Amino acid sequence: MAQIAFPPPDPTILKRRDQILAGLAAILPANGLIADLAGRRAFETDALTAYRRLPLAVVLPRSVDEVARIMRFCRDAGVNIVPRGAGTSLSGGAIPQEDAIVLGLSKMNRILEINLADRYARVEAGVTNLAISEAAAADGFFYAPDPSSQLACTIGGNVGMNSGGAHCLKYGVTVNNLLGVRLVTLDGDILDLGGAEPDAAGLDWLGLVCGSEGQLGIVVEATVKLIRAAEGARPVLFGFDSCADASRCVAAIIGAGIVPVAMEYMDRPAIAICEDFAHAGYPLDVEAMLIVEVEGSEAEMAAELAGIAAIARAHGVRVMRESMSAMESAQIWKGRKSAFGATGRVADYICMDGTVPTGRLPEALQRVGEICAAYGLRVANVFHAGDGNMHPLILYDVNDPAQQQKAEEAGMEILKMSVALGGSLTGEHGVGIEKRDLMSCQYSAADLAQQKRVRAAFDPAARLNPAKVFPLEGRGA
Amino acid sequence: MIADEVATLTPSDETEACAVVAEARGAGETLDIAGGGSRAGLGRPPEGARRLSSARLNGIVFHEPAEMVLRAKAGTPLAVVVAALEAHGQMLPFEPIDHRALYGGGGEPTIGGLVAANASGPRRVSAGAARDSVIGLRLVNGRGEAIMTGGRVMKNVAGLDLVKLNCGALGVLGFLTEATFKLLPKPQSEATIVIRRLDDARAVAAMTAALGSPFGVSGAAMLSPGMGREFSRTFLRVEGAAASVDYRADKLLALLAEFGAERVLKGDDSGRLWRALRDAEFLAEPRERAVWRVGVKPSRAVDFLARLGPRALAHLFDCGGGLVWLSTAPTPADAAAMRATLSPFGGHATLVRAPDALRAAVEVFQPLPPALVALTRRVKAAFDPDGLFNRGRMYAGI
Repeated sequence: MAQIAFPPPDPTILKRRDQILAGLAAILPANGLIADLAGRRAFETDALTAYRRLPLAVVLPRSVDEVARIMRFCRDAGVNIVPRGAGTSLSGGAIPQEDAIVLGLSKMNRILEINLADRYARVEAGVTNLAISEAAAADGFFYAPDPSSQLACTIGGNVGMNSGGAHCLKYGVTVNNLLGVRLVTLDGDILDLGGAEPDAAGLDWLGLVCGSEGQLGIVVEATVKLIRAAEGARPVLFGFDSCADASRCVAAIIGAGIVPVAMEYMDRPAIAICEDFAHAGYPLDVEAMLIVEVEGSEAEMAAELAGIAAIARAHGVRVMRESMSAMESAQIWKGRKSAFGATGRVADYICMDGTVPTGRLPEALQRVGEICAAYGLRVANVFHAGDGNMHPLILYDVNDPAQQQKAEEAGMEILKMSVALGGSLTGEHGVGIEKRDLMSCQYSAADLAQQKRVRAAFDPAARLNPAKVFPLEGRGA
Repeated sequence: MIADEVATLTPSDETEACAVVAEARGAGETLDIAGGGSRAGLGRPPEGARRLSSARLNGIVFHEPAEMVLRAKAGTPLAVVVAALEAHGQMLPFEPIDHRALYGGGGEPTIGGLVAANASGPRRVSAGAARDSVIGLRLVNGRGEAIMTGGRVMKNVAGLDLVKLNCGALGVLGFLTEATFKLLPKPQSEATIVIRRLDDARAVAAMTAALGSPFGVSGAAMLSPGMGREFSRTFLRVEGAAASVDYRADKLLALLAEFGAERVLKGDDSGRLWRALRDAEFLAEPRERAVWRVGVKPSRAVDFLARLGPRALAHLFDCGGGLVWLSTAPTPADAAAMRATLSPFGGHATLVRAPDALRAAVEVFQPLPPALVALTRRVKAAFDPDGLFNRGRMYAGI
C-alpha cells in the first residue's frame, strides 16, 4: 500500500481539548491562538497537499518567552507539537495531526541585526529566506542558500530541513551558511548554539540541529552568514538533443574541476512548462537544457565560460545562449524557480528529491523515465545537476486515487534507485512523512536506532513533530 | 601522556573493532582512542584503561576524481590522502592544521584524527571548516555497533546529521572507522597581499574591507610583532585561475592602498607562508607557553585583546580577526583571566596547548551552561551508555 499512514490520534488528548485550549489561552494573547475550524483549516497541510489533518489548535507566539511557556505546557500536558514556518515543505514536514498543536513562527518575523563588518545577519525564525538577502542587498551582500520557494519559505523552516537551492553548488547548503541558532527545548530551556564567532569548539550542536526537521526543539532565531556578491553573475543556457548528452556534460564539467555557481538541468517537458509560465526565452526544440551560472569580472566570467563551452561542444550542445542583461538573467532564473508552481498549473504532481553521485546521473535519468513509463505516468525533470540532486516531478490527477497510488509507487521506486546508486532519499526537501517509511532502505536498524536515541536525548517522549522522519512501527520498506 | 604499559588494541577492520568494544564494555574497561598521535595534546589528558588504535584501519576506500569525493579508513595517514588528491589536482577544501608544530612531538596526522579534531585552516573563511566537507562517517558506538551516518553525495538530508556531531567530538561519542569527504580542485595559482606595520585595529579594518569585497579572499591573517619580528604583517590571499588571481590581487592592492598594501607573494612563497599560519607555527616557541584559540566577532577582537592586556604574550589573527591565536603563561591564573576577560565579549576559547597538569585542572573547552552540560551527558549516553570512550577528554566526568 503506498498511501502514507498517520498514527491514530490519542483519544485522551482529544477529550481534553477544552482544557488544553484553556491552558494555551492563558499563555497567549487572543490573536495568538487559533481554535476555530475555519482558522485551523489553513494549517491542515503544507506543500504536500495530497495529505491533510486538522490540528487540535494553532499557536502563533510572538516571543521566545511565549515559545518556552508553550513548550513547558505541552510537555506537562502530554501534547504533541508540530512546528511550522511558512508551510512550504514538499515532504509533509509541517502536516499536523488531530492530537497535536501547530506552533507557527510566522509572527516572529523581525530582522534583529545586520552586521556587515562581521558579515552576518541575526533574524527571528519567521523571517523569509529572501528577506535576508533583500535586507543586505543595498550593500552588495546576500544570504547564499536559495530554495525555489525563497519568497515564502522561512529561515526557521530552512534550518529544519537544511534547505538547499540552485546556488548551493558553490556556496553550500543551509548548514554551511548557518552560524548560530537559538533553540527552545521541550523543557523550555533557551539554548544559544554556535554564534557569529567562527568555529565553536565542543560538540557541534548547530550541525545536529540543522536538518533535524523540528524534532529537537523550536528554532526561534538564526544567525546566518552574509556573503559579498561577486562583481557580476551570468546564467548561460545550453540546449542538447539528448538527455544523456546533457547529463554527461554535467559530469564532465565537474570532472574537469570546474565548479560553477549553479548548474541546473531541465528536460523537454519541464522547459515547455516553465517557458509557458515565465517567458524566459528557453529553447523549446531541445530535449534537455542546462542553466549554468558563472560569476566574477567580465574577463573571469568569459574565461570560465570558455572552459564550460568547450566541454559542452564535446558533448554535442546545439544551442548556447548567454544572458545579455540583468533583466534577462532574472527571467531565466524566474523560469527555473517557478518550475514547481508552473507545473501545478498543468497537473497535480509529486516532487521527488533523491540525490545520486554525479557520475551516475545519465543512468539515473534513464531509470526515472523507464519507471514512470512503466506506470503510465508523465514526468518532468528539473533539478540541481551539479550536485546530483534530482527532482523528477511525477504528474498525476489527485482526484483519481488509483493514479495517486501509482504516482507514489513510482516515486518510491525512484528513491530506492537513488539509494541503490549510492545516493540519498532526499537532498534538500527532508524526509517528513513522505519518505519516512523508506528510511530503512538507506540506513540499517542500528543506524536508525542511533539517530532515535540522539533525538530522545532532547525529546524522550517524541512529542516534537511526531510520526515524521523515522519509519512508523512495522512500516519499514 | 598515556603510560607505556597501557595496552593498545589494534582492530584490523570494523567487525573486529565492534568485537573489541563489546568486550571492553563487558569488562567495564575504558578506552582512549588513538590515531597517529600527532594531536594527542588536544583536549584534557587521557584517563582510559586501554588504548584503542585506528592504526590498522588503513587505506583509501575510493577516490572518484570526476565526482570530487574521497573515502578513506580512519587510520589512513593524511599524507597518503593528500598525495592521492594531488595526483588529480584536487585537495581537501578546509586546509587542515597540522598540530605537530605546536606540540613539537612526532606522530602522523590521520584521517580519523583530523575529523575528531575538526582540524581546519585559514581557508575556512571561504570554504568552511572540516565539518563542512565531511559528508559521511562510519563509527563504532559504545554498544559495539557499527553505525553509518551521511553518505557519499554532497546533498543528503535524510535523518539526523550525526556526521557533524562527531566531527570535532574528539572521539567521545565513538571510534571512527571511515570518513568521506567532498573535494575541491586545487587552485591553479595563489597570491598574497602583504601589509606591514598595521596596529591590531588597522589590521582588522584592512581584513574586514578585503573580506567584504567581491574579490573572493580565501585567507585573512595578521601576525603580531615580537619573537624577532619588528613589526606586524597582515596577509590576504586569493586563489584560482592564474589570470583571475592576478586580476583580484590588483583589485585588492588598490582597495587596500590606504592601508599601505604593496607587496604580493606568489606561488611557493605564498604557499609556505599560509602553511605556517595554518599551523600557528609562529606561536610554537617558547615551548612552555600555553596556546589558546579564541573565537570572537572580528569587530570585537581588538577590544578583547586590549582587555586581556599583557597576559597575551603573542598573537595571531586568522579569519579576519574572528579567530585569535594567542599565547599566555601556563598558569591557572592566566587561564582564569582568559575566561573572565572573554566572557562579556561572547565567543569561545580553547586551551590548545598546555602541560597535562594545567589541562587537567582547568576547562580546556569553553565551559557550557547547565542545560547544555545535561544535554551533552545525554547525547554521550545515546552513543556510549557506559562511558567507555575518551572519558574526560572533552569535559571532566563526561
